[in-house]
Amino acid sequence: MKNITAGFNKVFESKIRLGIMSSLYVNESLDFSRLKELLDVTDGNLASHVHALEEAGYVFVNKQFIGRKPNTSYTITRNGRKAFQEHIQVLENIIKNL
Amino acid sequence: MMENDKAIEALTDIRSMMERSSKFISLSGLTGVFAGIFALAGAAAAYFYSAKSFGPDCIVDHIQAGLKTDVLTFYCVDALLVLTLSVGFGIWLSARKSRKTGQSVLDKTAVRMLVNLAVPLLTGGIFCFALLWHGIIGLVAPAMLIFYGLSLINASKYTIGDTRYLGYMEVILGLICCFFMGYGLLFWAIGFGIFHIAYGLFMYYTLEK
Repeated sequence: MKNITAGFNKVFESKIRLGIMSSLYVNESLDFSRLKELLDVTDGNLASHVHALEEAGYVFVNKQFIGRKPNTSYTITRNGRKAFQEHIQVLENIIKNL
Repeated sequence: MMENDKAIEALTDIRSMMERSSKFISLSGLTGVFAGIFALAGAAAAYFYSAKSFGPDCIVDHIQAGLKTDVLTFYCVDALLVLTLSVGFGIWLSARKSRKTGQSVLDKTAVRMLVNLAVPLLTGGIFCFALLWHGIIGLVAPAMLIFYGLSLINASKYTIGDTRYLGYMEVILGLICCFFMGYGLLFWAIGFGIFHIAYGLFMYYTLEK
């Protein structure tokens, strides 16, 4: 029997990372403060999780200035979209195989 | 078993986060119910006001009634009052619900939804004003229904529930109404009154209970 958890993505094990990916999946892009508000986490916590996703190549970080204020926004990458879909598929398989 | 529970929990989280980040969830079904009640009261007031000077048959022929300045003024004030009360209650109920769900009332999604709602709605409002301006009273009610329906369809991307279908129904009702000139008040009461109450109750019981 094929192991149903094969392909289970370790990067998505944290709840916060899952939340970041879920919200980026359905939005064109989100900025730092909006993500923080949605996930209800601290700056440092969010920054470290976003960084992990960036390292994995799932999230694209876009830094720019709006007027004089720096603004960081995040977009899901094509790889990120694919990896997240696969992760959802794995979760669904787990439920189906019970 | 453990794994299964975890998977279900993760999927639930994903789904709720997708909704929370992209949809305006604070709009309560009760808003629809209240808006519907105000609309029915407004329609009743309009009917009785014109019945006073034109007899009980004016529901069939309120175009004649609408041509009289005082009746027309009454209709306009009446409609604006219904709009103000409905929007006011909508804001109040949304603020109350968003406090419960922890979403801020005017976040980016809410603003996006409002812009998508407002563009066709304001267009319709100005168009109706133009109809009144030219004395084409008979088409005001259908135009209101059609533009309101289009606004709902446009805003439905950012709302949960089946707002899109309420929009389709308003548009269809408005189009039918175009061919039954004189029955505008009746169609208006159905579209803004009955439809709102029915949809509001449906939404309240399926999504909030």
